[in-house]
Amino acid sequence: MSAMSNSNWSRRSLFRAAAGMAAAGTLAACGSNNGRGGGSGSGKNLVQYFHAYGEAGTEQAIKRYAKAYKDASVTTQWITGSNFESKLFASLLTDQAPDLFEFHPQLQLVKSGQVADLTDLIEPVKSDFNQADITSHTVDGKIYGVRMIDDPQFFFYRKSLLDKAGIQAPTTLDELIEAAAKLTTSKVKGLFLGNDLHAVINPLIWSAGADTLDAKNEIAYHTDGVVEGLKKMRKLFTSGHLLLDAPADYWDPSALNQGLCAIQFCGMWAMPQFQQTLGDDLGIMPFPKVTDAGKPSVYNGGWSMFVNAKGKNVDAAKEYVKWLWIDQKKYQEDWATSYGFHIPPRTSIAQSATKLKSGLPAEGVKLFDEYGHFDNIGWTQAMITATENVFADCVRKGGDPEAALDTCDRTVGAELKKLFG
Amino acid sequence: MSTTTTRGLASPAPAKVTKTRPRRGPRGTRTFNFWLFTSPFLIGLIVFVYIPIGWSVYLSFFEARFTVTPSDFVGLDNYRQMLTDSNFTGSLGTFTAFAAFIVPTTWAVSLGLALLVNRLRFMRAFYRSVFFLPTACSYVAASLIWKMSIFNGVRFGLANTVIGWFGVDNVAWLANPDPPWYWLVILTARLWLQSGFYMILFLAALQNIPRELYEAAAIDGAKPGWQTFRHITLPQLRATSTAVILLLLVAAYQAFDEFFNLLSKTTWGRPPLVELYYTALGQNQNYGAGSAGAVILTLLICVVTLFQGRIMGFGRGDQSQ
Repeated sequence: MSAMSNSNWSRRSLFRAAAGMAAAGTLAACGSNNGRGGGSGSGKNLVQYFHAYGEAGTEQAIKRYAKAYKDASVTTQWITGSNFESKLFASLLTDQAPDLFEFHPQLQLVKSGQVADLTDLIEPVKSDFNQADITSHTVDGKIYGVRMIDDPQFFFYRKSLLDKAGIQAPTTLDELIEAAAKLTTSKVKGLFLGNDLHAVINPLIWSAGADTLDAKNEIAYHTDGVVEGLKKMRKLFTSGHLLLDAPADYWDPSALNQGLCAIQFCGMWAMPQFQQTLGDDLGIMPFPKVTDAGKPSVYNGGWSMFVNAKGKNVDAAKEYVKWLWIDQKKYQEDWATSYGFHIPPRTSIAQSATKLKSGLPAEGVKLFDEYGHFDNIGWTQAMITATENVFADCVRKGGDPEAALDTCDRTVGAELKKLFG
Repeated sequence: MSTTTTRGLASPAPAKVTKTRPRRGPRGTRTFNFWLFTSPFLIGLIVFVYIPIGWSVYLSFFEARFTVTPSDFVGLDNYRQMLTDSNFTGSLGTFTAFAAFIVPTTWAVSLGLALLVNRLRFMRAFYRSVFFLPTACSYVAASLIWKMSIFNGVRFGLANTVIGWFGVDNVAWLANPDPPWYWLVILTARLWLQSGFYMILFLAALQNIPRELYEAAAIDGAKPGWQTFRHITLPQLRATSTAVILLLLVAAYQAFDEFFNLLSKTTWGRPPLVELYYTALGQNQNYGAGSAGAVILTLLICVVTLFQGRIMGFGRGDQSQ
């Protein structure tokens, strides 16, 4: 007799077992382990989204801070891959949207009511923040988002290779192009700007003496200087002295560390990894001026924490943001300086951060102070994409810069009209 | 005297009559069963296909940025925007070039593989498996291998290592549209991934061709090889070829993964789905314009499918009967 025909396994008993399992499942769903945290928190469950940082230990650090918070259970979704923005924006339209998330200041997020006003959290400590960060998060007098870190981006270079080629750190774009040529050998390319060149778009605009938008929120990038810069970038792109198609992109220090290039555009976050590999054979410089009317520039990227205004736990999320990114200075310093190097947006923390006070990190802070350009909240994703298309069309594809900028103007103009009327 | 007897013959067993509840008639049961089995799929079709299509058409007439419940009616503005967007119209050109190459090439490669494998006498199962296995690999995984190991632009990429042996300088396979080496990367990835699957279809069709046909052709003087292939094998594979070409064309329309993963934010080499992704689901989140593009693309697919059906003679057989 087969086991299946045993009376113990009658149809009725099977139905009973299935019903029992269904009931148990239902009860389990009522418990705390529903994928949105549970455990240490006594009340609310919060979900926060972070993109995957490249520096080792960052994910553990964010989760450690969250675990230390006692007033809510905070679950971290650490989103790997290059499409953090897509996942974030898509999820913000659903019931599974995060309660808080990191991103860059974007007017579109404010206009569409997706981010909560955090003025009341920041106002008491407003004077302790880098004022440029406060400005870049302010719309109509209200502050949306708390800056967590400032990330200056500039060139890192091997001093020994420049010495060997008999050249100084370039101060103009023409000198940079010449340097790339002199530094290129059969095994090492002179320069790496990232695989799609997008990281140097804004620096090129600023170094040409222009800006993305002016104070009246009108187009400020379409200038003769920028056109000249685009032509020079095309010359560089086709010179054979630019590292293209590297396995890792500009944000990863491996191109310079593995000897694939002599100069690499990257962020200060990677400075510890560069120093670990190259020791003292490392120098930094800003993006050089494009024209005589221009000025060297440093892009101050970085990440800010926002609260989902359409979330179910807005108040609890704001309390968490205040606890971690306003009150917990120890965690803020740890986050800024223990993994990669970032500049803390809080002046008091930046001044006391010993790791940033000497050597190359101090030079980075100096470049940040002297040449830094911060995010413009009115410069939205659609505008960013439009300028990326300019680079794709005329620098990488060889199109006419004027025509590419005209196309960009139409997109940005339509966007500005929608945002500002 | 003749007698009849039933002795020894089994009498038919009386029908077992049991009292049961009156049952619904066969037609009612059939209708119930029909709805029981089709309703889950029907509900799925309505919820996951028809409603989204309808919603997409609705969104295409609205300014729907960062929202799927818009209120700002813009008429045909989104359609105008997409039809004058060189990136979108360019993506249709990209698809045409891609389909024009990949459909006949995959057809020829998979048929060639099937013919080779079909003739094998030894290790037939091994070779079938070898060619079929890439089908099990995801497009994303294959794209990353192609991009990071085989066709990266630095000196230790496999392709650059090989051409380096002949003194050729490193090639940036994916970063530079001129010359368009990125097509080589994309096409080889797709050929590797899908040829094995279509090879199996052709293999099945080859084994269904009656051997008598070849024997008859041989008796009639047909030479083995090209003559037999052209006059016997190829005509016998017509139905399978038609299906394969149709499937390949559908797959070409759906091309996304390898383009998205191999070409990072270029304005070239974007098929329509990648372009629509960047418009609607990427950083721009413009659901109105993205939906308008999707509607345009759907209409185009319908026209092309009808045109293809007419060329390949779908339904002609029914009419002749």
